[in-house]
Amino acid sequence: MGRYLLKRLWHTVYVVVGISIISFFFIHLSGDPVMLMLPGDASMAEVETLRQQLGFNDPLYVQYWHFASRAVTGDLGVSLYHRVPAIRLIMERLPASLELAGAAMLIALVVAIPLGVISAVKRGSLWDMSSMLGALFGLSMPHFWLGIMLILLFSVTLGWLPTSGRGTLAQLVMPSLALGLSLMAMFARLTRSVMLEVLSLDYVRTARAKGLREKIVIGKHALRNALIPLVTVAGMQFGFLIGGTVIIETVFAWPGVGRLVVQAIFSRDYPLVQATVLVLAVIFVVVNLLVDLIYLYLDPQISYLEQK
Amino acid sequence: MWVVSSRMLSIRNLKTYFRTPKGLARAVDGVSLDIGPGEVVGVVGESGCGKSVMALSILGLLPRPPAYFAGGEILFNDQDLLKFKPDEMRRLRGNQISMIFQEPMSALNPVFTVGNQLQEVFQVHRNLGRAEALQNAIDMLAKVGVPAPERRVREYPYQLSGGMRQRVMIAMALACRPALLLADEPTTALDVSIQAQIIELMTALKEELDTAILLITHDLGVVAEITRRVAVMYTGKIMEEAPTLDLFDAPLHPYTRGLLTSIPRADASFETESLTEIKGVVPSVAALPPGYHFEPRCPEAIDICRAQAPALEEARPGHRVACWRAAHA
Repeated sequence: MGRYLLKRLWHTVYVVVGISIISFFFIHLSGDPVMLMLPGDASMAEVETLRQQLGFNDPLYVQYWHFASRAVTGDLGVSLYHRVPAIRLIMERLPASLELAGAAMLIALVVAIPLGVISAVKRGSLWDMSSMLGALFGLSMPHFWLGIMLILLFSVTLGWLPTSGRGTLAQLVMPSLALGLSLMAMFARLTRSVMLEVLSLDYVRTARAKGLREKIVIGKHALRNALIPLVTVAGMQFGFLIGGTVIIETVFAWPGVGRLVVQAIFSRDYPLVQATVLVLAVIFVVVNLLVDLIYLYLDPQISYLEQK
Repeated sequence: MWVVSSRMLSIRNLKTYFRTPKGLARAVDGVSLDIGPGEVVGVVGESGCGKSVMALSILGLLPRPPAYFAGGEILFNDQDLLKFKPDEMRRLRGNQISMIFQEPMSALNPVFTVGNQLQEVFQVHRNLGRAEALQNAIDMLAKVGVPAPERRVREYPYQLSGGMRQRVMIAMALACRPALLLADEPTTALDVSIQAQIIELMTALKEELDTAILLITHDLGVVAEITRRVAVMYTGKIMEEAPTLDLFDAPLHPYTRGLLTSIPRADASFETESLTEIKGVVPSVAALPPGYHFEPRCPEAIDICRAQAPALEEARPGHRVACWRAAHA
């Protein structure tokens, strides 16, 4: 198990370095930030001076080397637009993003797993058909529309929840619901199909042949096996949720990383974009590392095969 | 006349059908079979003849739908299992009637230890606590000849060989000293040398625990080795049923003769004797030929076979056969 983890950690380093290189070069293909930073009537000499100052005239690999060697010490450069260290801006926003992603994921899993399991067990029943139809709706609804509908219902009409902002639990409810609903739908469908597959397997029949209660046959023997693919997908989705929630953040004025990075892209604030991409990549990789840890618990065969 | 002393399990005219998109599949179609206490009865037949469905019917393990019971009864100690409520049936399973399956790898849950899966039986039927159940599990593993059972209980199925896994399955099935063990092709997936060990183990435990066994197999060699009585099934019906020695010595049904002559014999010479086969293939139970189902493949068919299926009749004491020619020969 220790070796398995070390191996995974080592892979993590590769991935992060790879992402930093790719994102660095792509961002530098996107245009000249100096032109945006200076007023429109700046002279060519002024532009050239600023370029020289910011090191943009160096070859790309030299620029990357500067970036990478500072990055390992935790210095991800200074935002061209905000004029403060990029890492500080990200760290200010990150808790909000984690909070939103975590809440959305929690809501999705807590509802979807029982829903999917019951649908699989009662396959073809009214419950199954209606919950899968509901899931289809959940998957089809665009986030922004759902967000606006929630605001209309719970804030404008009923007046139960605040429309936007972050700080209280009440403010977390709608954004996480708007974000979690499609996940919920996806997990419910996934749980159902995985459970259907597992329930037809021989060891489930063995569990029944032993005279175990249906509760144990399904909740222990079948579900434990069905969780393995679910954890994989949940881990990946969580990674996406951290940086990919711009629309929900915009609708609910949620101060997350998503909006920060989109603003940075539009203003060609490339040190900030670069820093955000790197931080998100690290988070993504760490989440996947956690997923691997959960695997070890769920499927003992993995650590066994790794030892071999 | 050969009489069953007391019928522990008595299957009477059982009809287990499946509703399939292609139509009704009569997987078990009017089977009657008795098993006395401690008796070992074999059921042989080619794949798809309904022998496994019959065993699963006894334990109520078939998914319903698509399966349903169109008729008959399964009397276990004079109570009709088909009328049992789901929870009554559950209490019986693994306790009074157990089952072992063909493929010991997929029959064990890959993510739980052997001990965990074995102790469950004691927990559910004997209401034992965790520690006590585990101790029982260890004892049971020792009984089925698993070396170092204290260590094995902490291992997972993938860490065991096929033969060891089948021993674990047997331990699980016999944990509560059931009156009846349904063994569905218990040796088919194993190496030949392991097969013999497993058969030996089952025979020994049967003697010790006085468990009756319904052995389902297509392996006539295994049948000859441990059963006292055997039934031959074809397309959901019993073709012939007789004491094992009698059946092997003097088979009455052309199908049984076909099965027996298709076994390779070690003493046969390649020059003079070729292996006989039964012509044609087993028809699907969802698309059976009209009239008598075996007639198209039967080398000895007469006119009446085309029109009507023969009933299972006693041709000799204790020897029943469903064949127009044999029954009245």
